[in-house]
Amino acid sequence: MSVVPQLTSHNLDADLASANTIIEAAGVNIYYGDFLAFRDANLRVPEHKITSLIGPSGSGKSTLLRAFNRMNDLVPSARVEGKILFHGENLYDQGIDPVAVRRLIGMVFQKPNPFPKTIYDNVAWGAKINGYKGNMDELVERSLRSAALWDEVKDKLKSSGLSLSGGQQQRLCIARCIAVQPEVILMDEPCSALDPIATLRIEDLMRELSENYTILIVTHNMQQAARVSDMTAFMTMGEGRAGEMVEIGPTRELFTSPKNPRTEDYITGRVG
Amino acid sequence: MRAAVVRASDRQLRRRKLVGTIALGVFIVATLSALGVLAILVGDTLRDGASWLDWSFIKDLPSRRPERAGIWPALVGTVWIMVLTAAFTFPIGVGAAIYLEEFGGTGRLSRIIEINISNLAGVPSIVYGLLGLAVFVELASMGPSVLAGALTMTLLVLPVVIIASREAIRAVPDSLRQASLGIGATRLQTVWSHVLPAAMPGILTGTILALSRAIGETAPLIVVGAATYITFTPEGPTDRFTVLPMQIFDWISRPQADFHAIAAAGILVLLALLLTMNLAAILLRNYFRKNQNW
Repeated sequence: MSVVPQLTSHNLDADLASANTIIEAAGVNIYYGDFLAFRDANLRVPEHKITSLIGPSGSGKSTLLRAFNRMNDLVPSARVEGKILFHGENLYDQGIDPVAVRRLIGMVFQKPNPFPKTIYDNVAWGAKINGYKGNMDELVERSLRSAALWDEVKDKLKSSGLSLSGGQQQRLCIARCIAVQPEVILMDEPCSALDPIATLRIEDLMRELSENYTILIVTHNMQQAARVSDMTAFMTMGEGRAGEMVEIGPTRELFTSPKNPRTEDYITGRVG
Repeated sequence: MRAAVVRASDRQLRRRKLVGTIALGVFIVATLSALGVLAILVGDTLRDGASWLDWSFIKDLPSRRPERAGIWPALVGTVWIMVLTAAFTFPIGVGAAIYLEEFGGTGRLSRIIEINISNLAGVPSIVYGLLGLAVFVELASMGPSVLAGALTMTLLVLPVVIIASREAIRAVPDSLRQASLGIGATRLQTVWSHVLPAAMPGILTGTILALSRAIGETAPLIVVGAATYITFTPEGPTDRFTVLPMQIFDWISRPQADFHAIAAAGILVLLALLLTMNLAAILLRNYFRKNQNW
């Protein structure tokens, strides 16, 4: 199976090297109770780029992703050690409000989960509760346009978000996320419930969004990581079933000349 | 060779189908016997009471002469008790359910509370009557009033309402909570704007069904001191009152046959009220469900 990416001009390594680090994991251990789910994660995420997390099931990709906006706080037994630095500030410091964190670092989930409300309210609600005072109609239109959904829904903003197709629902969730104007968008296998055409639309959308947002995406699909991301981090299940980072690099490098033999085994389909 | 295999399994298949047919028959008989009992009860009551059931029976006060007796004070009393009980039960029950499901966590304290609520739901209703008598009638010196009766009924139905509301809240998919929290909503905003509306059909159904059980309860109100014979309608929460089941009981315990027939008419009124409440539960549930299906 060939997974060598069709390289496009955006994958310029020089461009990548000059990008600022917006969010960074430094020596992060994640526990569920006594179980160590991820060991010693270190990852710098470049601003306005797409970084993908790949690896086999059980390698802790989603667990690590959820540490970046403190979604793990919702699991009572979860505990995070180490630092997640956002603009240099540790998100796990005392006095940091996870609610404020999640406004700046939004999330798109595996299964599209629009609110059982109208399309308009799906987009507007998040902005409203976060104190948005501007013109709401304008924000809704702008967010839906950014999510490449406006043309399909502009005539039925008052119908339920659940009346849309799966791919449209996922783009609605992206519109809902960007209406809050976050800096980083975390995506947890956003295409795994979608058909190939809807998947391609979301991937195109991610490329557009990366001009204004930093995207961190977990994907099961290596071709997707190769097609869409600038940086790739490969992780696997290590000792004691804890996830661990194996190799991080520019996507092209990681897929064409992996440094670690375990990465090579995985991307060539020998394991995983 | 193959044909033999098919035939062997064919025999076995026929046996399995036979078992299925027998089971189906048992289920139909079970359903019909429940419906049959109901039909006999309603039919018998209709035969006895339908001829007495007219507008003046509903609007009249009780009387020593059966042909002039009416059910109005008991009907008004029941409505008073139900409305007040609903007004007390709904916010307290839903509030407790929200706390236990969304904020309480899974610690030892929550488990103790949970077990206790389940136990309270099984406590005999007369015990609540004694509690109501001691606390509301005596201690809070409310006397045998509508308010004391309603508060006693609230204690009685509260555990059931809490349990039903918790089930409804628990059935709301977690993905909805995550969607809300993921865009920077607080827990309370999430519960108020998404979890509660999604759980509302279940909560309303549970609450109304609990209330329609309470509507037929007599024992706790006897203990609280509801009257068995009053000739006025309660005007406010501090008035004395009676309720439909007590009025019915009073008539049945009299020796004259005509009073037994009036009791049957009273039962019909009670049944009608009950069916109306259940209908309201269904309509409310459908209304809230209209816009949400996942």
